[in-house]
Amino acid sequence: MLQVQNAGCERDGRPLFEGLSFSLAPGDLLQVVGGNGSGKSTLLRVLLGLYTDYQGDIEWSVDEAPLYLGHRLGIKQSLTVIENLRWFGVLRDAQVDEVRIDEAVYKLGLAGFEDSLCAHLSEGQRKRVALGQFLIMDNPCWVMDEPFSAIDAEGLSFLMAILQDHLDVNGGIIISTHQPISIDRPVNTLALQ
Amino acid sequence: MLNWFHRLGSPKTFFEISGRWQVPLLSLAVLMLAGGAAWALLFVPPDYQQGNSVRIMYIHVPAAILAQSGYVMMAGAAAVFLIWRIKLADVAVKCVAPLGASITFLALVTGAIWGKPTWGTWWVWDARLTSTLVLFFLYIGVIALRSAMDRQAGVGRACAILALVGVVNLPVIKYSVDWWYSLHQPASFSLTEKPSMPIEMWLPLLVMVIAYYLFFFSVWMMRIRNEILVREKNTDWVKQWLAVR
Amino acid sequence: MNLFIASVRRDLLVHFRHPSEVLNPLVFFVVVISLFPLGIGPEPGQLKAIAPGIVWVAALLATLMSMDSMFRSDFEDGSLEQIVLSEQSTFIFVLAKVVSHWLLSGLPLVLLMPLAALLLFLDEAGVWALTLSLLLVSPTLSLLGGIGAALTVGLPRGGLLVTILVMPLYVPVLVLATAMVQAAEAGSDTIGYVYWLLAILFGSMCLAPIATAAAINVATDQ
Repeated sequence: MLQVQNAGCERDGRPLFEGLSFSLAPGDLLQVVGGNGSGKSTLLRVLLGLYTDYQGDIEWSVDEAPLYLGHRLGIKQSLTVIENLRWFGVLRDAQVDEVRIDEAVYKLGLAGFEDSLCAHLSEGQRKRVALGQFLIMDNPCWVMDEPFSAIDAEGLSFLMAILQDHLDVNGGIIISTHQPISIDRPVNTLALQ
Repeated sequence: MLNWFHRLGSPKTFFEISGRWQVPLLSLAVLMLAGGAAWALLFVPPDYQQGNSVRIMYIHVPAAILAQSGYVMMAGAAAVFLIWRIKLADVAVKCVAPLGASITFLALVTGAIWGKPTWGTWWVWDARLTSTLVLFFLYIGVIALRSAMDRQAGVGRACAILALVGVVNLPVIKYSVDWWYSLHQPASFSLTEKPSMPIEMWLPLLVMVIAYYLFFFSVWMMRIRNEILVREKNTDWVKQWLAVR
Repeated sequence: MNLFIASVRRDLLVHFRHPSEVLNPLVFFVVVISLFPLGIGPEPGQLKAIAPGIVWVAALLATLMSMDSMFRSDFEDGSLEQIVLSEQSTFIFVLAKVVSHWLLSGLPLVLLMPLAALLLFLDEAGVWALTLSLLLVSPTLSLLGGIGAALTVGLPRGGLLVTILVMPLYVPVLVLATAMVQAAEAGSDTIGYVYWLLAILFGSMCLAPIATAAAINVATDQ
């Protein structure tokens, strides 16, 4: 679903990465690792077309734009959990039925918080709301930037499970994290200096 | 055409070509400025209505013309940058904004100085002065946006968008101000709608207009060269060029 | 269309939960208006003569006060980059933001007009013209202001800069709108002004969102 050839990017005259070539096929998980400031987030933004100052060729062959969880979660503080999830659906022009949203809230461990404003949730809970977009839609590719930060152990195992489920239906995942990924699938690793 | 565009768009090529042009262009500009000014100040007969104060026209009118066309040129460079992403065009937009603002300021100041002997006051809300003032604010906007965004990614594109928005608005602003002035027309004669000028008056004006343009282009070019050196300071060719100096 | 309606609803919802952001510019408007009689003196004839100008400048400043926040929270919480990322039209999103901005800042100002006119002794013809002119122009103010708001959205303190960027663009509508009120007070025909203001409104409706959407793409490109 993704072909990258010779991708390179520099910031302030300092190369972040160069000559990266890799691909992502359905059912693949690509883990991007690297130290602070090594350009993990920038690479993901470059792949998504959010950051356009790069060299090389990036070619997507998917029907729907990938879903993205970034450092900025895309969660509105003064909307409730449900309202935020519905907004994710509107953004992707997806017909999301309410049952599926309720299920997602339940799976995310946010039952009882449906109508709480996100401003009143903890950091980890807000992250769970943002992760909800992956549960209510069926886009084939997921791009996740540090999805495990601020997430507790219970949430972690839940996250691993949804990653596994997505790969099982031939989805593709690009993820930047230092957390070892414990799924029974081969994990491709891309290390940035 | 596009090929040529891209070749000249490379900072190195521009730097080399402009290096050959800068001295002749600047000397011609200074020569014409000095000649035109001497002609206008010493040899042109005084106006039968305004006397000697008409001579400030030779400083003021070219500045006013250049102030507007400078903005249009900036917008042109901005469009080139947005469409073809030629970085040199962004350098051009950056370098022309303060230049255009200074010329506009000069037009405003000389307009005020001219207003003192003719209208008896430094400032009149005359249609042209007012639209020049708004033009000055437009320039200031582009400069302020650039300095506020400083080194943020996308500063060039943001300024280019603003310059284009400004140039679309320029005619609307101009016509609305003209119309506003005709509505509130005070009882004074207009300076700028003169009867047809005799040739010995407009010929030196023409020389001055051309001299202003030449000066504008050569300073613009020098500023671009400077900015290229700053932006490309880590490249080999700049290091070599500096080593030769 | 779905995005348009949902986006307007979302903005209204957010602002009804935090009404101070909506109310402050309105209070500002009334305060500025009431400062003029205090500064100039309470003589009705004098106030009436300059009323259209005062009301219009106060309305422009009040609009600009609320302008900075048009895209700011959407930028900071990541909603903007999600919009850019989705395959939805940024143009439609911008139009929706402008409409909700107008509903929350332009329309209330229009409704406050009779009060402002009362404070400054405008006669009935003047009040109607003033209200009509603001009704015609306030959408244009939101449309043009959106450009400035989007250009400065990545800056920590964009408020003052928005004013500098947008003010020159407001000159034509300011000139036309005050002239319209003066013409109405003098008892002459105002239909020509209405056509002009409508023409500017439709022109900016087509063009301004293009610039705003481009500016949003720049802001998220980092």
